[in-house]
Amino acid sequence: MAGTAVLGRLTWQPAELVEAIDETSRARTLVFDVPEWMQHRAGQHLDVRLTAEDGYRAERSYSIASAPGEPLAITVERLDDGEVSPYLVDELRPGDRIELRGPVGGYFVWEPDRGGPIFLAAGGSGVVPLMSMARTRALDGADVPARLLYSARTLDEVIYREELERLATEQPELDVVYTLTRGQPEGWTGYARRVDGELLAETAWPAHESPLAYVCGPTSFVEAVAEGLVGLGYPPKRVKTERFGATGGR
Amino acid sequence: MSFVSRGFRGRRRDDADADARTPPGQYLTDDFPVLSAGPTPHTPLDRWSFEIRGAGEPKVWTWDEFRALPTEKPTVDIHCVTRWSKLDTEWEGVSVDTLLAEAGEDAPFVVAFCDGGYTTNLALEDVTDGKAWVAFAFDGEPLDPEHGGPARLLVPHLYFWKSAKWVRGLQLRDDDEPGFWETNGYHNHGDPWQEQRYWGD
Repeated sequence: MAGTAVLGRLTWQPAELVEAIDETSRARTLVFDVPEWMQHRAGQHLDVRLTAEDGYRAERSYSIASAPGEPLAITVERLDDGEVSPYLVDELRPGDRIELRGPVGGYFVWEPDRGGPIFLAAGGSGVVPLMSMARTRALDGADVPARLLYSARTLDEVIYREELERLATEQPELDVVYTLTRGQPEGWTGYARRVDGELLAETAWPAHESPLAYVCGPTSFVEAVAEGLVGLGYPPKRVKTERFGATGGR
Repeated sequence: MSFVSRGFRGRRRDDADADARTPPGQYLTDDFPVLSAGPTPHTPLDRWSFEIRGAGEPKVWTWDEFRALPTEKPTVDIHCVTRWSKLDTEWEGVSVDTLLAEAGEDAPFVVAFCDGGYTTNLALEDVTDGKAWVAFAFDGEPLDPEHGGPARLLVPHLYFWKSAKWVRGLQLRDDDEPGFWETNGYHNHGDPWQEQRYWGD
């Protein structure tokens, strides 16, 4: 889409929860039916609005997890001191309706015609928009070489683990590498530390292959990965970043 | 149309002053979240300059010259389009009024340009009369690179993407040229009290 395209106003849309999938003990995928939803591009996000009985409202933004054309899904991680995420993870149930607005964001986006190779680096629930890209690639563009580096605290906190393993098995052009920073299962032979320059040098595409990198996670993770990739020779314009907002808010 | 979200109660504040200062759709945070589209640039101060480009010769300040200009210490509320707001943030910077007066330039629009290639567009009236600064300190400390240091634009009455990080200058223009986020789905003006978040708002 041309950056100068003029869109009509994005309006709040009623959305019915049709399915909820527990991903980890703290994260849940919510699949919505939204009759008039405009198709998104992988990497975009949406706004959620909740309204209490007395009219009080709260709004937050969440990355879209599904590929364009699939039923619209977000994955939400519960923040214990959050206002909206505990409701979405623990309370909302199929048949309930909330309001959604979007899709939003035109920069942190990948479409198959952008090509690759692509390097996706996820810190924790930062995997969500990257999963939309991996799913998009699997549906349309599986010949684009892709690597996903996923940093999680423990294996139990890896979101989409079964699907990622299935995709990596089915698709020779997709590699998935984990690093577990807080605890590892017995016999773990993979990476077990925070991402650093050496780990990136071993997992990211060499800069001479002109890769496109997408990095999403908490600020410390994004800073480390983005600086590491620039250090490996990636032009800064080929490193797209997205960070979590306030830790206490979602 | 709106409707009740079953079982949602929300978390209210019992603070009418804070409520009155929080624009619609925002929530208050004590954190200072970081948002940027790419790697953080690190320009050494001896290679840093600030520039006003207009009809005449550009006016250029080195870091030392910039820091010799009179400064102000605004305490302001800031509002990010990703929905956090932060009250009473304390900055130090040079007023854009001061910079424009020194440069002697005038035009109806400006584009802020930055290390890393980021741009954002503003009407001149949104950066003059005490409404905008080039800030180099936050909370009494030099501005961290991840928050835009060595210097960022500070335009607190608009959504915070207008407060361009790593700013290196202002280009004065006769026409309004949409910047980075303004061509990527976000509103051209960005007034949080009007909820001008996205195209068409």
